[in-house]
Amino acid sequence: MTTDPILRLENVHKSFGETHVLKGVSLTIQPRDVVVLVGPSGTGKSTLLRCINLLSPPTQGKIWLEEQEITAPGVNQDKVRQRIGMVFQDFNLFTHLTALGNVMVGLTRVRKMNKKEAYDLAMLELDRVGLVDRADHYPAQLSGGQKQRVAIARALGMDPHVMLFDEPTSALDPELTGEVLEVMQQLGQEGMTMMVVSHEMGFARRVASRIVFMEGGYIVEEGPPDQMFDAPRNERTREFLNKISSFEDNGQGE
Amino acid sequence: MDILQNLLTTLEFIIQGLWITVWVTVVALVVGLVFGVLTALMRVYGNRFWRQVATVYSVVIRAVPVVVIIFILFFVIAEYVNLSPFLAGSLALGFASGAYQSEIFRGALQAVPAGQMTAARAIGMSKVQAIWSIVLPQALRLALPAWGNEATLVLKDSTLVFVVGVPEILRRTQQVSARTNEPFIAFGAAMLLYLGLTLLTTQFLGWVERRYRLQM
Repeated sequence: MTTDPILRLENVHKSFGETHVLKGVSLTIQPRDVVVLVGPSGTGKSTLLRCINLLSPPTQGKIWLEEQEITAPGVNQDKVRQRIGMVFQDFNLFTHLTALGNVMVGLTRVRKMNKKEAYDLAMLELDRVGLVDRADHYPAQLSGGQKQRVAIARALGMDPHVMLFDEPTSALDPELTGEVLEVMQQLGQEGMTMMVVSHEMGFARRVASRIVFMEGGYIVEEGPPDQMFDAPRNERTREFLNKISSFEDNGQGE
Repeated sequence: MDILQNLLTTLEFIIQGLWITVWVTVVALVVGLVFGVLTALMRVYGNRFWRQVATVYSVVIRAVPVVVIIFILFFVIAEYVNLSPFLAGSLALGFASGAYQSEIFRGALQAVPAGQMTAARAIGMSKVQAIWSIVLPQALRLALPAWGNEATLVLKDSTLVFVVGVPEILRRTQQVSARTNEPFIAFGAAMLLYLGLTLLTTQFLGWVERRYRLQM
């Protein structure tokens, strides 16, 4: 089955001054793909996500979102970001707003909904992540897992075509990662296209349609989870995945 | 004459200046708030040009005594624009307070974690929208304790407008003192009024602070 890709990266480079972080990344993502990005820290996984939603645009190379080249000059970046949801490692919930307010503010300010519509949709999104009963809580009154689920609801409210997750469970206590991964798994099953930077290998095996292994600013290898975990072609991929998988077996993972 | 009776009569006369003091303070604080927030935004988010404009404002105004600014507005500017002593005085105070408030709000804007702006941009807000509905509301809350302090300073600085003849508390106190030749009673009454006003202000702002405190 061939479909038009939802996201296409062509030779993406990113430098910060003298530091060359991404050195030519090309990647094609189909609708409903769940891509898990793995690799040693400092290899540019998070940078790649921030390039894709133009929070820090690539220094070279092109990115297409659906049929639009979003790296072309004159593109309205704010409009592009509305179609790309992003979830951060440290949640970044708006501290002065309740859970409900966090979801609503984008609906009223960006999508220009009226209060009533925004309220209804925000409650729906909070329901999707199982937090309707926390709607009037402020971020400081929520657990880490709940904060991250509110952050997911906030992103979903914008009706994104692609969701990016930047180490969504790294800042969480181990017993709280499950509730976040569950929500993400459910999203994947509903057909949301997702790119996830994560070291949760159990999640990667269960949910990913593809694993992408990055190192040193390049994509070293990509493939379906079975192949990547059980028969990787590249020596470095095997080493890395073995290392973090055995780490999990020692009781560190889910 | 009975000292208490004397004090009450004095208070009765001085207190007519109370509302003028309150209004001078309120106008100055509001003008200062507008100037302070605007110049703080210019300094944190503006380009080179706006940053410099705001910095020059803040540096120059803070280097000049408030009374000088009041005189400039009253004697120089009022030549061209019709400014009452009340307006000249409160505008000058506000203009001066704006420079101090600029520092307060600049610090507060910078204290809002960068992730807040990033997250706002990530849901498709423009930079202006993100500043207006995410960063600024948090910065204003963070600024409240320092701003409350500035408010009490402006309240006390409002005495300075007496140099251009605005009949606020201090001006009236002087009139009483000159007529009755009992400065102790006159200035004692003024002191009580200012004490009451300051306590009321800090109580009120303390309440606002608790009500809108940011939980991090």
